[in-house]
Amino acid sequence: MHNKTLAELSHALHQREYSSVELTRYFLERIERLDTQINSFISVTAEMALAQAQAADQRLQSGNASPLTGIPIAHKDIFCTEGVKTSCGSKMLDNFIAPYNATVVEKCHTAGLVMLGKTNMDEFAMGSSNETSFYGPVKNPWDTQAVPGGSSGGAVAAVAARLAPVATGTDTGGSIRQPAALCGITGLKPTYGLVSRYGMIAFASSLDQGGPIGDNAKDVALLLNVIAGFDERDSTSLNHPQEDYTAHLNDSIAGLKIGLPKEFFGEGLNAEVGKIVEAAIKELEQAGATLHEIELPHTHLSVPVYYIIAPAECSSNLSRYDGVRFGHRCENPQDLLDLYKRSRAQGFGAEVKRRIMIGTYALSAGYYDAYYLKAQQIRRLISNDFTDAFKQVDVILGPTSPTTAFKIGEKVNDPISMYLSDINTISVNLAGLPGLSIPAGFVNQRPVGLQLIGNYLNEARLLNVAHQYQQRTDWHRQNPPKFL
Amino acid sequence: MAWEVVIGLEIHAQLATNSKIFSGASTAYGAPPNTQACAVDLGLPGVLPVLNEKVVRMAAKFGLAIGAPVAPRSVFARKNYFYPDLPKGYQISQYELPIVNKGQIQIEIDGKEKTIGITRAHLEEDAGKSLHEDFQGLSGIDLNRTGTPLLEIVSEPDMRSPKEAIAYMKKIHSLVRYLDICDGNMQEGSFRCDANVSVRPQGQKEFGTRSELKNLNSFRFVERAINIEIERQIDLLESGGTVRQETRLYDADKNETRPMRSKEEANDYRYFPDPDLLPLLIESEFLEQIKAELPELPDDKKQRFIQQYGLSLYDASGLTSSRELADYFEEIVKLSNSDAKLCANWVMGDLAALLNKNNLEITDSKVSTIQLAAMLRRISDKTISGKIAKQVFEAMWNGEGDADTIIEKRGLKQVTDTGAIEKLIDEVIVNNPKQLQDYRDGKEKLFGFFVGQVMKVSKGKANPKQVNELLKKKLEG
Amino acid sequence: MSLPIDAVEKIAHLARISLSEQDIPLYTHHLSNILAFVEQMNSVDTTGITPMAHPLDAVARLRPDVVSESNQRDHFQCNAPQVEAGLYLVPKVIE
Repeated sequence: MHNKTLAELSHALHQREYSSVELTRYFLERIERLDTQINSFISVTAEMALAQAQAADQRLQSGNASPLTGIPIAHKDIFCTEGVKTSCGSKMLDNFIAPYNATVVEKCHTAGLVMLGKTNMDEFAMGSSNETSFYGPVKNPWDTQAVPGGSSGGAVAAVAARLAPVATGTDTGGSIRQPAALCGITGLKPTYGLVSRYGMIAFASSLDQGGPIGDNAKDVALLLNVIAGFDERDSTSLNHPQEDYTAHLNDSIAGLKIGLPKEFFGEGLNAEVGKIVEAAIKELEQAGATLHEIELPHTHLSVPVYYIIAPAECSSNLSRYDGVRFGHRCENPQDLLDLYKRSRAQGFGAEVKRRIMIGTYALSAGYYDAYYLKAQQIRRLISNDFTDAFKQVDVILGPTSPTTAFKIGEKVNDPISMYLSDINTISVNLAGLPGLSIPAGFVNQRPVGLQLIGNYLNEARLLNVAHQYQQRTDWHRQNPPKFL
Repeated sequence: MAWEVVIGLEIHAQLATNSKIFSGASTAYGAPPNTQACAVDLGLPGVLPVLNEKVVRMAAKFGLAIGAPVAPRSVFARKNYFYPDLPKGYQISQYELPIVNKGQIQIEIDGKEKTIGITRAHLEEDAGKSLHEDFQGLSGIDLNRTGTPLLEIVSEPDMRSPKEAIAYMKKIHSLVRYLDICDGNMQEGSFRCDANVSVRPQGQKEFGTRSELKNLNSFRFVERAINIEIERQIDLLESGGTVRQETRLYDADKNETRPMRSKEEANDYRYFPDPDLLPLLIESEFLEQIKAELPELPDDKKQRFIQQYGLSLYDASGLTSSRELADYFEEIVKLSNSDAKLCANWVMGDLAALLNKNNLEITDSKVSTIQLAAMLRRISDKTISGKIAKQVFEAMWNGEGDADTIIEKRGLKQVTDTGAIEKLIDEVIVNNPKQLQDYRDGKEKLFGFFVGQVMKVSKGKANPKQVNELLKKKLEG
Repeated sequence: MSLPIDAVEKIAHLARISLSEQDIPLYTHHLSNILAFVEQMNSVDTTGITPMAHPLDAVARLRPDVVSESNQRDHFQCNAPQVEAGLYLVPKVIE
């Protein structure tokens, strides 16, 4: 059952070939048996899952089921889930039982999806390797010595190891696409504002975006159908009419103009990874797409800009963790200042503290213009680069990550080298565009991802291109040997 | 040395909405602790703010009323600091781009008008409250007030005395109530004020170092706090010291100001645009619509009262100090069909005195407009004299019924019958032969004595004008 | 650029994070490296460029002034470290 696509699972459930309860038990058993190898879950909510599965079976029986009713899903532990620990990968929230559901979670519940549990992640989504989690690193199912990428490393690893058919993730600088690439699965970061941020614990509000993670483009489209949509509780939510993202999957891509930014293929790109991307480009060319060299001249500045804007926003977003209303509180605080300082020092890990401090500095009196304002200005230039590019091409393509998965521990003490692993994904968040990563091959048994970037609200087009590619290739059908 | 005082005020007016500025929690006052603090107010992980449409309207109304440009584009920013009554660790406010820009307002001091500049007015969310009753040596935090919409109105340092500061504050108080955007209830904290106070030698151009006084929640406290702060600063300067720029808390019980410990260190608020909220755009059509909804503003009303009713500037200002008072006045003019000046005198005189004495607002008046108008009609038609009316008025206040009932019951009807008055005069003349003789011998001052006696025997009911005329004739013999 | 130690201490204080003696040099080192790294931004002239605070040039959406939330105090306070009589308790607040 774990190798079936969502469409196949849905068909089987609707035909009563097996029940949602059986399917749910099946995945719970896989998690129980296999997750010790990769540590992809923080919480497994078996009891709740079986209750939801039972309800789903009733809906299936009574004929008022939606396409994904009864399908198990794993939520990144950044989404608030009522009555369930929502830790955001942090000691700070290790004791936090969310009192409400995130809009994304609510939409999944309404559609009848069955929550298996909450997936591991970099603490407060700050990391590219899943090593900053309070709950220990997640391991890459293809090589358990290697990182799965981050910050949605748990969600991605769980789907890659087929411990869950689909999952939700969030992407602030590449947190869905980079791990999807490193673990060989399909992950989409939608246009900023397409998926509600309500109940999604904020890291950097102007960059954060939730999105679907799955085995293939069609699965991702099916889940996007459920989680996308306007939310009156989120001021930045787009009032965009509901689309069926599966509608155009089978469209031909003949005549599609693909832009290849030379900045994505330059220095820093691993040669083997480059070859795989070249092969994928050929494949799309054979399917009728035309190739165009383009320029995104400010790409090299996206990492420094990001490492001002994201920490600035996070330094403020994370001020609410003060040991007063929820979360970790230090023992025997001497006074208020001591309560704040020790609770926060104990509750946050090193990377989170680093970013809070960088952000605090960048916003502080005398430095605001030189750092924050400057970064916002360059952000505009980066965004303009894309606007210009989309005047010439339909989609932009390149490697999701310049390398394959690196070894656990390899970059822990070198934050900047870690930051640079997101060089190809960050600019997409800065501009607020949709980006998709799909598997395109392997280098030494480690997956390589291909990134497709679209213009605003062009998710359907990206999924169409990905689906057409996946019709011609079977990289997405490969499973890690230990999780067959 | 002669010192000049320089005062600027920051007024926080709580906007009278049903729900909070960024959440759907109620703003009702007085609920049990934390029962009106919803997920958004508590800053729970994952929550987001959505701006209340009503607060935008209210702020725009205020802008239009002070002749200030309402910003076509304004931006919400985060003011970052840690405090237990500030759940998110930042306050959502407006910083570089406030909704209301430079405007002005007129105040009256000793019958003269003075213009006070308003630098800006911006929207922000209120914080919660720390309760200092002892909970095993800890403080309790109530977040019900968190997220209540505030309009912070910042004046220029244009005031030169505590009296001017009070006049300005009262004027703003009256304006926000006219506009129906704030209930003005100072006891509940709906209208509060911080004062920036400094002194400088008379004639000096540069401002002195200022201190910021917090916690001024009544007109009386504002005056007292500023006065003692001025004294403190002058004493300090005259004894060779210097004033420190600091935030001071006014302690009403001890009537002193002291530095606020929580504000001792220089703050670095790290303002930046709130990424959860998009820029607020106000279109000109929206403004036109609000303009059309504006009530008559106090200054316009004042001018109209002077012209239409022939009132003095003093009376017109007083009567227009609140919309309710002005309405009360206009209603009795209409109902009583009496001289407007007479109406003004009663509203500003006896009625105001009783309201004041009982600490009541005009809306709580125990004498209705209908009652007062009916009484004024009895003055106009000479049923009672102005003096007797005072008795009637007090009786009405004490709930003894309408003017006519009281006049009837107490027999207060004015005596206007010439024969009856002559009878009284005869009685007085007979009983005071010596005074009569003296008067006739040229001691004309004694006329007043006779008037008094006649009024006395009539128990005040005789028509004074008639008494004068008839008495003159009789005394001449 | 290299941050002086007292600057790091000041930032940590503003951010209300206590740093131990042995933490300070490490944070100073990392923060200095990051700041040196972002120096690249200065290679671009941004005169006259409007800062981009937000990925979409959208504007505020307003909600009607309606009370939509009811009392959930007990539910919310399940997560609170210390409450009494409905209040969140903290070490004495001195104004």
